[in-house]
Amino acid sequence: MRVLYFAWVKDKAGIAAEDINPPASVTTIAELMNWLKARGPEFANAFERADVIRAAIDHSHVRHDARIAGAREIAFFPPVTGG
Amino acid sequence: MIRVQTEDFDIGAEIAALTAGRGDIGAIVTFTGTVRDQHGAVTELTLEHYPGMTETELHRIEAEAKSRWPLQASLIVHRVGTLKPGDNIVLVVTASAHRDAAFDAAKFLMDYLKTSAPFWKRETGPDGANWVDAKSQDDDAAARWQKRAAE
Repeated sequence: MRVLYFAWVKDKAGIAAEDINPPASVTTIAELMNWLKARGPEFANAFERADVIRAAIDHSHVRHDARIAGAREIAFFPPVTGG
Repeated sequence: MIRVQTEDFDIGAEIAALTAGRGDIGAIVTFTGTVRDQHGAVTELTLEHYPGMTETELHRIEAEAKSRWPLQASLIVHRVGTLKPGDNIVLVVTASAHRDAAFDAAKFLMDYLKTSAPFWKRETGPDGANWVDAKSQDDDAAARWQKRAAE
C-alpha cells in the first residue's frame, strides 16, 4: 500500500511517500502507526505524538481504530490548518 | 464549484462568473481569508495540501451546504504555495434567493473547511519557520453546526 505523510509528520519522517508492506498482524491505523514507529528514529520521532496525528484512507478521514485491509492509499498528517 | 490553485483570485470576476445569466439570485455573500503578518512575526505563509483528498473534501463540504440551504450557486477557491502578508488565501461565495441562507452557508463552508480540508500552514518569520497549530475554537465552530443539524 502507498503511504503519504504531510506537514510536520513528513518533515520528521524525512519522506513524503513510500510503498510499504506491513505484516498481516497490522490491521488498524493505530497498529500501523506503531509498526511505522518501530522502523527507525525518524519515524519514532514523527509518530511520537500519535494521538494528535490524523489519518485518511483513500482520501477519507478515518479514526485510529479504522481497519486498513483493502486500503490503497493511507495518509498521516497533523490536524488541518487551512482557510 | 471548487478550485485549488496557486494563482490569486479576483472576487468581482468570480461573482460575475458565478451569477452570469441568473435572475433567481437575491443574495450573494463572500468571505475572503487573507495572510496576517502578526505584527511582523510572519513574513511568509506556505500552504501545503493533499492533492486528490483536498478536492474530495471540498466537494463533500459544498454538497453538505447545498443539502442544508437553498443555494443557487456556491464557490470555494483555496490557494496553495507560498504567500505574503496581505495576500488572499481562501474565497467562499454563496448565492441564494435570500440573505439568511447565503450568510449561514458561507459560515458553514468556512467552519467545515477549517477542520476537514487537508491544508496545512507553515509560517516563516525572523525567528524561522513553524507549522501552525490547529485551534480548538475551529473545532468548536464546526461542532456547533453538528448540534444544529441534530436539533
